[in-house]
Amino acid sequence: MRFVDEFRSGDVARRVAGEIAALVEPGRTYKIMEVCGGHTHAIYKHGVEDLLPPEIELVHGPGCPVCVIPMGRQDDALAIARRPEVIFTTFGDMMRVPSSQGSLLDAKAHGADVRMVYSPLDALRIARENPDREVVFFAIGFETTTPSTALTLLRAQKEGIRNFSVFANHVTIIPAIRAILDSPDLRLSGFIGPGHVSTVIGTRPYRFIAADYGLPIAVSGFEPLDVLQGVYMVMKQLAEGRSEVENQYTRVVRDEGNVLALKAIAQTMELRTTFEWRGLGFISQSALKLREEFAEFDAEVRYALPAVRVADPKACQCGEVLKGVIKPWECKVFGTACTPDRPIGTCMVSSEGACAAYYNYGRLARRAGREATPA
Amino acid sequence: MSSRSEEDVLAAIERRRRRPHVKLMDRHVTLSHGAGGKSSHVLTETLFMPELRNPMLEALTDSALLQPNGSGPRLAFTTDSFVVKPLFFPGGDIGELAINGTVNDLAMAGARPLALSAGFIIEEGFPTEALRAIAASLGAAASAAGVAVAAADTKVVERGKGDGVYLNTSGVGVVEHDLVLSPTRVAPGDRVIVSGTIGDHGMAIMIARGELELEVDLQSDTAALHELAAAVVTAAGPHLRCLRDPTRGGLATVLNEFVVAADVGIVLDEVAVPVRPEVDGACEILGIDPLYVANEGKLVAVVAPDAADATLAALRAHPLGAEAAIVGEVRADPPGMVVLETSFGGSRVVDMLAGDPLPRIC
Repeated sequence: MRFVDEFRSGDVARRVAGEIAALVEPGRTYKIMEVCGGHTHAIYKHGVEDLLPPEIELVHGPGCPVCVIPMGRQDDALAIARRPEVIFTTFGDMMRVPSSQGSLLDAKAHGADVRMVYSPLDALRIARENPDREVVFFAIGFETTTPSTALTLLRAQKEGIRNFSVFANHVTIIPAIRAILDSPDLRLSGFIGPGHVSTVIGTRPYRFIAADYGLPIAVSGFEPLDVLQGVYMVMKQLAEGRSEVENQYTRVVRDEGNVLALKAIAQTMELRTTFEWRGLGFISQSALKLREEFAEFDAEVRYALPAVRVADPKACQCGEVLKGVIKPWECKVFGTACTPDRPIGTCMVSSEGACAAYYNYGRLARRAGREATPA
Repeated sequence: MSSRSEEDVLAAIERRRRRPHVKLMDRHVTLSHGAGGKSSHVLTETLFMPELRNPMLEALTDSALLQPNGSGPRLAFTTDSFVVKPLFFPGGDIGELAINGTVNDLAMAGARPLALSAGFIIEEGFPTEALRAIAASLGAAASAAGVAVAAADTKVVERGKGDGVYLNTSGVGVVEHDLVLSPTRVAPGDRVIVSGTIGDHGMAIMIARGELELEVDLQSDTAALHELAAAVVTAAGPHLRCLRDPTRGGLATVLNEFVVAADVGIVLDEVAVPVRPEVDGACEILGIDPLYVANEGKLVAVVAPDAADATLAALRAHPLGAEAAIVGEVRADPPGMVVLETSFGGSRVVDMLAGDPLPRIC
């Protein structure tokens, strides 16, 4: 496949891996966090860790949009989906996320009209085609998916579509990274920065990582060679005693981001004072809601929602996994009570979740020689 | 935090994974139960099997083998239902699919198809022209496969209680050799061969639904595989361990069934697995792995190493097997697992499908 195979070349990978190994200082170990779930997926899917020296550990971060939605919000989603007049539209991954009362897939089996869509524009089309029904779009995601929700809202407004609304759960990546950096549990050496989020927000918002925390970051793409090169760039900075924001994904990411996308977001949405993240708790100014001008499209305004905070199941350690404090396999229920076909926590649902990626792809004893994380 | 090592955890998961399912946890049937992956297996093992258990069904093979008088040629018997949407798709329709699907189930048991039945469940209001088209293609596919539709039935349900047409076909075939084909015979050293590109059917259907707004010229691979299967039986003879057509759940699911049945491992070579660029591209965009996408005109053969080249040559000599390839090898370790060696130089587990192959969202 052109434009893909080039970024999966085994020959190039071996060369880069050799250069990374040469940068390892004797006696030193490295913990590099890939912030984005897309990276986590790519790392496991292509076996990137097999090419890294044992001194380098990749730590999986909070950037899986499905994983960070707290259970209370999923309960709210179910409450909307169960209304008889509603066609509830959602991305595929959210269908299997457990709420305190089952998943959307369960609700569908019980008669709720839940439909999987690939874009919020599909949801808008369904609204156009079903004028006698209320169509709600379950909007989730970081800055990567926010612009498409924003553009859909603008189009709905322009076309005067009255039977469409959005249940907004868009989150922002920077406050989450800051929360991780301020968490005492973890000592990181550097970051692989999110590629697709950065196409929207650019590379400038990451400067505080280098300036305030003295850590290197390389914004990277999602092909395995991108990730490997990102690791190389972080290692090179560390070897040279630098801490900067570098951009590996120059073929897509501009320093200033996507101005048009940012404008569409600003037109339709604004920061919430605070928002609950699964595992990370409440983080101020870390999520978006619809602006008042778009209240008629706001599912939170249209429908009475339980809006109750629901604690995660006790056994679930998604929070620790999302913060990178524990590896997926260190969770008490990993692979036994919690599996991809019967998930307890969100990290086991999304293919971008660290637990699902590890369970589906990484469950090999290949790292047997490596040190286990101290208990 | 637990003090278990990663190896301990992995070992515990393996033990658990391979423990037979005893209890169905779901209170309602969901679409996952029909996807051919883990949930389907659990439903079969915990709900149907306890009520219907017998040695023929228990083998959970594509066809049951019967020997009416305890001697003489064995008969293969199978059934399959078709609920494909849309009814007409590039490369075929529900009628052709229903014949080929059941012919293939017989062929994978090493049988020569003899006769089929066809049961129609039709929704009130369905256009007779469309029904005629389905019947015509059913007939054409049966002639092409050299089988007669020897019994048929028609039922009509109220409008809104069906989705156009559902079809069931059952089939009987005769086994004209003494080979025992079973995944339990798969052994370390054996080679895994696929008869051509994977994922064509599933991806063609997804595209044909028109929900993706992807413009890809892709045809279903639906085809009757009885000749191809017979060629493999002749070429490999007693070196043939088993045959399977990787339909729902794709190649990954079939290989997982093999490794569990034989308590072996299979190492797949990602570079060797034939995938059409169109399928590869569409899968890439949708975040779906072609290893899990359904095929309707491909077979997987596991053969002893000595017979691998002859089997491959026999497959390639047939038009339906022109792109056949050796894609993997059976190893003793890791038992119960399919491992993919990626083109990138890494390795990963290929597990059984959990739920529908839902796309990633970003």
